[in-house]
Amino acid sequence: MKLQQLSVFCENKPGHLIEPVRLLARAGIDLRALTLADTQKFGILRLIVRDWQRAKELLESSGAVVKVTEVIAVEVPDRPGGLAGVLELFEGTQINIEYMYAFPYVRGERAVLVFRFDDPDGAIRLLAAGGVRVLERSELEGF
Amino acid sequence: MPEDEKAATPHFHPASAADFLPRRLLERVQAERLRETVERAWTGVPLYRERMRAAGASPQDIRSLADLGRLPFTTKADLRDAYPFGLFACPMQEIVRLHASSGTTGKPVVVAYTREDLALWTSVMMRSLAMAGVHAGDIVQNAYGYGLFTGGLGAHYGAEGLGATVIPTSGGNTDRQILVMKDFGVTVICCTPSYFLHMIDRAAQLGIDLRELPLRIGVFGAEPWTEAMRLRIERLSGIRAFDIYGLSEIIGPGVGMECECRSGLHIFEDQFYPEIIDPSTGAPLPEGEEGELVITTLTKRAMPMIRYRTRDITALIPEACPCGRTLRRIRRISRRSDDMLIIRGVNVFPSQVEAALLEVEHTLPHYQIILTRAHGLDQMEVQVEVTPETFSDRVGVLEELGERIAEALERVTGLRMQVTLVEPNTIARSEGKARRVIDRRSAV
Repeated sequence: MKLQQLSVFCENKPGHLIEPVRLLARAGIDLRALTLADTQKFGILRLIVRDWQRAKELLESSGAVVKVTEVIAVEVPDRPGGLAGVLELFEGTQINIEYMYAFPYVRGERAVLVFRFDDPDGAIRLLAAGGVRVLERSELEGF
Repeated sequence: MPEDEKAATPHFHPASAADFLPRRLLERVQAERLRETVERAWTGVPLYRERMRAAGASPQDIRSLADLGRLPFTTKADLRDAYPFGLFACPMQEIVRLHASSGTTGKPVVVAYTREDLALWTSVMMRSLAMAGVHAGDIVQNAYGYGLFTGGLGAHYGAEGLGATVIPTSGGNTDRQILVMKDFGVTVICCTPSYFLHMIDRAAQLGIDLRELPLRIGVFGAEPWTEAMRLRIERLSGIRAFDIYGLSEIIGPGVGMECECRSGLHIFEDQFYPEIIDPSTGAPLPEGEEGELVITTLTKRAMPMIRYRTRDITALIPEACPCGRTLRRIRRISRRSDDMLIIRGVNVFPSQVEAALLEVEHTLPHYQIILTRAHGLDQMEVQVEVTPETFSDRVGVLEELGERIAEALERVTGLRMQVTLVEPNTIARSEGKARRVIDRRSAV
C-alpha cells in the first residue's frame, strides 16, 4: 500500500526547521517518520504523520509549500543484509529509487524502510513477488 | 457571480466624447493649445523663458505641432532644482491644491493645481475609468494611497465624477480591505497591481474566493507590471484588469489608459501631447520605435510642462485602435530608463529577470534582486520564492529548477547570476510599490 508523505521546503538557515515542526507539535500531530534532505542553500523536510490531510492544511495555512508524495514502507528483519535483500529485488529492473530512509522499530528485530520509487505500482508488485511485507498505513501509524 | 453578468457592456459617458475626435480636428486643437501653453510658460515661468532663449526659440516660433522639437526638454532634475514652487506659472492665490511625489532620493517634487486643473484631472480620470467600463452604480474601492501621492485623490474624483460610489479605503490594512470588498459589494478596485496580488493571497488565506464576489474591474497603475501579472490576477480573481498610466509631474493618474481591447494605452492627447525620443541623444523617433516618452501638457495652468522627459520606455502604436477611439496608444510600460541596473558594466532591467522567470515557471513567482559587491565586482543574486507548482520532494528537481532559471537569466542578460530558492511569503510584499531591487553595493 502507498503512504502519503509530506514534503516541506525549508531554507538552510538557523531557525527555519523548527517552524513547521513546532506548528505540528502544537496541533498534537504525531510524527511517525522523518528525514531531512539538505543542500547548501535549502532543505526538504519529509514527514510521515498520523493525520496527513490536517497536517498539510495547517502547514499550508502558515504559508509553507507542501507536496504530497506517495511512498512505500516495507518491513525487514533488523540484521545485516536486511536492506540488501530488498534492494536485490530491484537489480536489473528499470525501477529507480529516488530516495529512501530507514528506521528500526523493534530494536534488534525489525526495521522499516521507506522508499520513493519512480514507479510505485511496479515496485509493489516486485516486493510482493519477493515476499517482502509492505506495510499498511494503519501499521505504520500504530507503532 | 456568473460570467455573463460580469461581462462588460460598453457604457459611454459624455466626458468620453473627446476620445473620439476626428484626427484632423484633434490636431488643430492640439496645435492651438500648444501655442497657448508655450505663451503661458514663457510669460509665467522664468526657467522656461531662459531655456527657450538659450535654445534660440520664442513663443512666436511655435506655430504648429511640428515646431515642438525646437523647444528644450524639461527633466525631473529641473523640478527638483525649482523646489518647491519655482515652476509655478500662476500666483499662489490661484492654486487650490499641492501634491508631492514620493521622491526616493533628495527633495520631493511639488506639483500644483488651479481649480481648472483639478477639473481637467477629474475629467481625464472619468474618461480613464469609463474606458475600463466603470459607470454610475459601480461601487469603487479606492485603495490607492490618499495624501501627497496623487493616486488616491485622482481616482477618487474621477470615480465620483462618473456617479459611482467611492469607498476611500486608501492603502494598507489588507484584512479590512478584503472585508470591505466582500461586505460592501465592491465592483471596482483601484490600487497598485502588486498590492492587489497581495490582497488575492491574503483573501485565499482567509478562505475568501474573490471570483465569487461581484468584483469585475481592476484599475491598476503607479508601477510597471507585466502581461503575466495580468493573467495571474484575472485567473485568481475573475476580474478584468486594466492598466492606467500617469505621473504627478503631468497631472497624476489619467495620462493614459487601456480600453477594452487592452492592446496599449490611449493617451489623452487633447490634453497631453506625446513624443518618443532616443533617451541618449534626445532625437525624436518615428512612430512605432521604442524610446523615452516625452509629454507636453496642453491646457494645464498652474504648472505647464514643456517636453517633460518621463523616463518611461515605450513606443507609440501607429495603427488605429479597433475600439474606435482616435487617441493614439502607447505600448504598456515595462521599464523606466532609471530602472536600469548596471551590473559589471552590463545594462540589466528587472523586466528581463521577469521574462526569464516566466520562461521557466510559466507564471511569475515573487522575486527580488539583491546587488552586492565582493572583491571589487558587482554580484547579482535573484531570490525566487518556491511555489506549490515548482516545489518537489526531490532535491535534484529543485536544483535543476535553480539551474534552469540561472541559464534563462544568462540567455536574456548575458550575465551569470546566483539564483536562490526561498520559502514562500518571505520576500516583503509592499502595500504600495513593489520593491524588486535591493542595492547594497554602496554599503559594502
